[in-house]
Amino acid sequence: MHYNGSSCNGCDIEVLACLTPMYDVERFGIINTGNPKHADILLVTGSINHQGVEIVRNLYNQMPEPKVVVALGVCATSGGVFAPCYNVKGGADKVIPVDVYVPGCAVRPEAIIDGIVKGIGVLEEKRKIMTETKTEA
Amino acid sequence: MESILYGLIYIVLAPFVGGLLAGVDRIITARMQRRVGPPLLQPFYDVLKLLQKKTIQTNRFQAPYVICHLIFMVFTGFLFFEGSDILLTFFVLAVSSIFFILAAYSSKSPFSFLGAERELLLVMAYEPMVLITLVGFFKITGSFHVYHIIASGIPMIVYLPGIFLGFLYILTIKFRKSPFDLSYSHHAHQEIVKGITTDMTGSTLAMIEIAHWYENVFLLGFIFMFFSFNIWIGIGVTLAVYFLEILIDNAFAREKWEFVLRTSWIAAFLLGGGNLVLLYIFYR
Repeated sequence: MHYNGSSCNGCDIEVLACLTPMYDVERFGIINTGNPKHADILLVTGSINHQGVEIVRNLYNQMPEPKVVVALGVCATSGGVFAPCYNVKGGADKVIPVDVYVPGCAVRPEAIIDGIVKGIGVLEEKRKIMTETKTEA
Repeated sequence: MESILYGLIYIVLAPFVGGLLAGVDRIITARMQRRVGPPLLQPFYDVLKLLQKKTIQTNRFQAPYVICHLIFMVFTGFLFFEGSDILLTFFVLAVSSIFFILAAYSSKSPFSFLGAERELLLVMAYEPMVLITLVGFFKITGSFHVYHIIASGIPMIVYLPGIFLGFLYILTIKFRKSPFDLSYSHHAHQEIVKGITTDMTGSTLAMIEIAHWYENVFLLGFIFMFFSFNIWIGIGVTLAVYFLEILIDNAFAREKWEFVLRTSWIAAFLLGGGNLVLLYIFYR
């Protein structure tokens, strides 16, 4: 799933590029869904502003465990050039736990795919931890 | 005894066949869009992943409804492959769909409600054609039993070409293919198109997917019945129909529900009804 904080749309276009025949993320079994309840990986582009805090937290909470957050682009990783703005809280990790940081302005589709595939690795680890704790309990 | 064996084989093998067909579907769809597409076994990976995810339920009745949906879907296919009464088979299928709709209604999400309502409209759209098809089979063979229809060895397609075309029309609805995927699509989609599963997660969603595989195998089995006089022609045509559905899926944009309802009833009454009338006149 993809959430756009206050991105300039540069990174968003690159996320879309990943779905095109040129890059085709479905090769890795990745598909873009709009429903947080069906999602495993949350992509965040753009810095998080004060109005978006509740939205992104809500989306994150609606995703079932195990889940992974990938921050795409320099704005989502740290706030980027917008970090000092009065309306900007900072990167996505100011609001929700971020697992993979992919910098770039705009972030390249190759980097996005690499970041998501890394995210799948994290997802697998989290799943193992979850099943272990379940069997212990 | 042998017939029950066929039913049991269906219960065991259908998810594998259905999953493989879904994998083939995804690859062919990707190739039609000039993409590479996922691995063949991707649908199985997806379902295994869903089974391991945490299941969030918005209502404690949701899971029982979805379990009933799956059980009745399996039972539908079991009855069909066991050679039982085809009327019973399709009414059990209807019960299964109703449990799916109830599962969607049990949630509070407006998208879920919208999906459930759209699904009801789709049921209304395809039911007349289904009933006409069953009457057509009865008219030719004098029996509603799948076993008798197949054992008769009559090439149904010769007598029921209109009914076959009409059934192909509503098959797009049952396969959840565009342009008729109004309430649930087997592709990843946004809230409204996948409205009916909005609030379903984890193992609940996995059960929906498995039920969909069972349903697909059952429907392809039903298509086979039109060509049951020769097993190879039957299998060939069945696979060709599946390919045709994928082609339609990729070639058409989604339609509004009014269009779906109107055209599927027109197809039912012109193609199906016309075929029946001709049968009554010329075939006694």
